[in-house]
Amino acid sequence: MPDVLAYAEVRDGTAGKAAREVTGLARSMADALGGEAHVIAVGGTGTADAVAGLSGLGAARILVAEAPGLEPDSPDVAAATVAARVSAGGYAAVLFPASARGKDLAPRVAARLDRGLATEIVAWELSDGALAVRRPMFAGKAIATLRFEDAPALMTVRANVFTPESRDGAGRVERIEPVGEPRIRVTAVEQSERDRLDVSEATIIVSGGRGMQDPANWHLLEDLVAALGDEATLGASRAVVDAGWRPHGEQVGQTGKTVSPDLYFAVGISGAIQHLAGMRTAKVIVAINRDADAPIFSVADYGVVGDLFEIVPRLAEAIREARREE
Amino acid sequence: MNTIVCIKRVPDSATRIRIAAGGRHIDPSGVKYVVNPYDEFALEEAIRRREAAGGGTVTAISVGPPEAAEALRTALATGADEAVLLVSEATHDGRAVARALADEIGGREFDLLLFGKQAIDDDNMQVPQMVAEFLGLPCATVVVALDIEDGHAVARREVEGGHEVVEFDLPGVVSAQKGLNEPRYPSLKGIMAAKKKPLDEKPVTLAEPALELVSLEEPPAPSQGRIVGEGPDAVPELVSALREEARVL
Repeated sequence: MPDVLAYAEVRDGTAGKAAREVTGLARSMADALGGEAHVIAVGGTGTADAVAGLSGLGAARILVAEAPGLEPDSPDVAAATVAARVSAGGYAAVLFPASARGKDLAPRVAARLDRGLATEIVAWELSDGALAVRRPMFAGKAIATLRFEDAPALMTVRANVFTPESRDGAGRVERIEPVGEPRIRVTAVEQSERDRLDVSEATIIVSGGRGMQDPANWHLLEDLVAALGDEATLGASRAVVDAGWRPHGEQVGQTGKTVSPDLYFAVGISGAIQHLAGMRTAKVIVAINRDADAPIFSVADYGVVGDLFEIVPRLAEAIREARREE
Repeated sequence: MNTIVCIKRVPDSATRIRIAAGGRHIDPSGVKYVVNPYDEFALEEAIRRREAAGGGTVTAISVGPPEAAEALRTALATGADEAVLLVSEATHDGRAVARALADEIGGREFDLLLFGKQAIDDDNMQVPQMVAEFLGLPCATVVVALDIEDGHAVARREVEGGHEVVEFDLPGVVSAQKGLNEPRYPSLKGIMAAKKKPLDEKPVTLAEPALELVSLEEPPAPSQGRIVGEGPDAVPELVSALREEARVL
């Protein structure tokens, strides 16, 4: 049973980055195990159309439980349907994205199957035929290596870590029946900040801290985000969230979100331990701070010391210029 | 309104984590332990429910080593009525903890079972949902607002870029996110009163972990960075470094 199953999350009618990343990882794992990558999606009308393209990332089977009443779908039906499939399918591993949806759903499936679950994995390997994964603990202050004692190995996969490759998996949509009764009902979805990505999804994050001095100054960071494009979003330190300057959804750190973007700008953030824990796995870190001794510079790849109110507008301008030249 | 709140004792978020010899545990020396910050929102919510209903009990439950009694004392001082410590060895395994909690809670009568959305040590973020499944109860996670009327709950959950509203009938399980309320601190009177409140210690044997913890390591040291320059004049060099060296622009 060397096959690997990926839960394809469909949001706003599309199988986005979360679905693509777990599909790509399922294919890599299945290749190492000598099996196939399968995807499973559970949702309302249009779910099958949304996930059909995942065959292009190596999915050999695309299992879709689609019913009109499942939009917006209850996690209970998704959990029961995925668990039923895993029980029947004999999978070596089952992958979920570490999105809001995946983090809510995966433990429900694990409990129904009475299996363990490794959350937010950032690396994996096969050793003596067993799957081992690496995951941060203490918000990244420590990295644990965990070995699954037996199959299926259930895990959620941190965003922005595994890049899917184009592969022809030749998978076609196969209909399966949704099972289970909803215990909770989703009655509304309020998208408050749709103009920007969530910090857990963005590949570029511009975070502001106390050095911004006043919430009214955030237009500087908003402008830098705009210059960086659609893949960029705003983040915040705990200090400015606690002060009520920014919403909690933007908080990066141990009591906020742990992020791994390609590029992280820390603007006016001194770098408390709990903040560093949340962003130190960013691939490239830029710190802009007046205080040359600020701890943030110890984790930064590039630092600029000085007045952020002068530096940030100049930076936004320079990035726009560079983009125009391309 | 009877509520049960699950509490975990964790290292304070300002603590520097060092790995102990053997590479499978953290070094506890010099570590300051606190009630898991998200559990404070859960506890506060339970106390407010009791106050609003004008009656009922708040029971705090923890799984952990004998020292975890300290976190339960804090919960009692803050306003819980009684506490139960399921005394066990420390574990990284969420399923084993969830099973022990479900075994204890399954025999109790309650309206609402509250958790913090995750513990900031293991960051497993799985125990609330697992306990709910083991008990066959509805479960809303990462909740920032909760309304309860006539045994029916409406909860707002934080999701990417917005919120989701979910509804369910009690009894049910809720995991608390920052923003649900503003937790109170224990008063001196509360601390004195807590000494007389019941704290029951029961030894439990946890299930074998489903996942073996092979090793625990400190993260790789950050790559040696450099100060590009001072002030706005450093911007051109920063941009060219990001484009040509780091290739992230």
